[in-house]
Amino acid sequence: MTLLSTRGLTKSFEGLKAVTDVDFDLPHGEVRALIGPNGAGKTTLVSMICGRIAPSSGRITFGGRDITGLPAHKRIALGMAYTFQITSVFPRLDARENVALAARRGRKGDTGPAVEAALARVGLEGRAEQEAGDLSYGHQRLLEIAMGLVQEPRLLILDEPTQGLSEAEIDGFKALIRELAGGTTILLIEHNMRVVMELAEQVTVLNFGEILAEGTPAEIHANAAVQAAYLGSG
Amino acid sequence: MSEGDMSTTRKIVIVHGGLLALLFAAQFVLPAYHHGNLARIMVLATYAIGYNILFGYTGLLSLGHALFFAAGMYGMGLSIQHLGASPAPAMLAGIVAGAAVSAALGVLALRTVGVAFMIVTLMFAQAGYLTALYFVDWTRGDEGFVIQQAQRILWGIDLSDETNRYLAAYALFAVSLLISLWLVRHPFGKTLVAIRENEERVRMLGYDIWAHKLAAVVISGTISAAAGAAYGLLFGYVGASFAAVPHSILPLLYVLLGGAGTVLGPFVGTLFMFYLIDLSSDITTAHMLIAGVALVVLTLFAPQGLVGELRRRVWKWLP
Repeated sequence: MTLLSTRGLTKSFEGLKAVTDVDFDLPHGEVRALIGPNGAGKTTLVSMICGRIAPSSGRITFGGRDITGLPAHKRIALGMAYTFQITSVFPRLDARENVALAARRGRKGDTGPAVEAALARVGLEGRAEQEAGDLSYGHQRLLEIAMGLVQEPRLLILDEPTQGLSEAEIDGFKALIRELAGGTTILLIEHNMRVVMELAEQVTVLNFGEILAEGTPAEIHANAAVQAAYLGSG
Repeated sequence: MSEGDMSTTRKIVIVHGGLLALLFAAQFVLPAYHHGNLARIMVLATYAIGYNILFGYTGLLSLGHALFFAAGMYGMGLSIQHLGASPAPAMLAGIVAGAAVSAALGVLALRTVGVAFMIVTLMFAQAGYLTALYFVDWTRGDEGFVIQQAQRILWGIDLSDETNRYLAAYALFAVSLLISLWLVRHPFGKTLVAIRENEERVRMLGYDIWAHKLAAVVISGTISAAAGAAYGLLFGYVGASFAAVPHSILPLLYVLLGGAGTVLGPFVGTLFMFYLIDLSSDITTAHMLIAGVALVVLTLFAPQGLVGELRRRVWKWLP
């Protein structure tokens, strides 16, 4: 069953096409990695999917419903969660309140236990009282992830979640995603190829705004076109 | 709730309840002059509390709050003057007028952001001021009109009497302070703070930013209107000068001085500013010069306002 699909999705900025005619299908429960060289259009593509920017043309469906015209907050309410590429927590609020803000939307009553559970899941339970702006960069990334998790989304979009994390934190992150796999559909934009190879069931490669290849990590690894795109010798 | 740390809650109750107790007790000890001043300050502080909800907590800088203050004042005053209303329904008319005007302004002005929002609110307030001048037969324009003592008797209580006036101003202030305190500890108020801090992130958590901002404008405008209606009723005068630009700048100054985004800031800022002008006019006719210098000094050394500094340095738990 397909949870998310796009048809002919295109975005051009003043004539320059950042994403061109992308047909993308994400089955329910899958962990999908979206990779590609810098400037390939990865963030533009997911920004259209979650409603941060409007597509120039094309359709998006989510859970069988056409969401192309929906504003971002309504897409999130349908069960999408998006974590930002550039850390975007609330620096002057403490870590717990950051997660609580994410938890309260769409929940009635006491969000306390869910908030504590999400903090514990990313290993920040000891830093709940700390102002988010005082956390290390890696901890802010983990806080972002906790804010995504606590929403219990159907689709979790993670934009470069391991950037700036230590090796130990990356191991923790991988364990976390493995726990979620199967229940939550995950779309992962990732530069760290080890993370991609270990976590993703399927990989989509974007290059110059178009889908260059799709397949299992092993297939992508062996794909000559992908190698050429990354090495720039195409 | 996990953040309902009992000792913090107790401290907040003590400080805010303490201020209200102090203000209640003050009426028995203050000399007549300061007694009258404090009644006026409490009404103006209510205006600032309204302003602070939009500016301090939501991060939207309006330059047109005189429109809401005046909507309350004229909604109250005109219904007494022309419809022969008694004070209670007249107050209600003022509050309803404020809610309606702020909803209308919110729908239009929230299509803009940042500097454009400031300009648009300023322009609408100016339009309101000119409207008050234009319908001179009804409003008596700049000259305004007096609300007679006989028209200011609420449930048998003469609001022109100084003791009653103080108590009425106190009641208005206390209710507004408690609403403000409740709001900022409520999830809705916390979402407003989050919008101030990082609007795009709040949107991507699935909140309807526009609806939240509109609600903030209406709550802020309605409290400001209640202050305007009470001001006219308690001090017996309704005039267009209350709709003019300087009257939009005043609550901004009060809130900046007292501490934007603090519950007590509006009161402290109003008190400070009121007496700053009052005392400096004893010394010189150029009293605004002294006030101006004091503002510059405070902005330099306490950029977060008096209560903001107190929170930064000592009481980090202040809401």
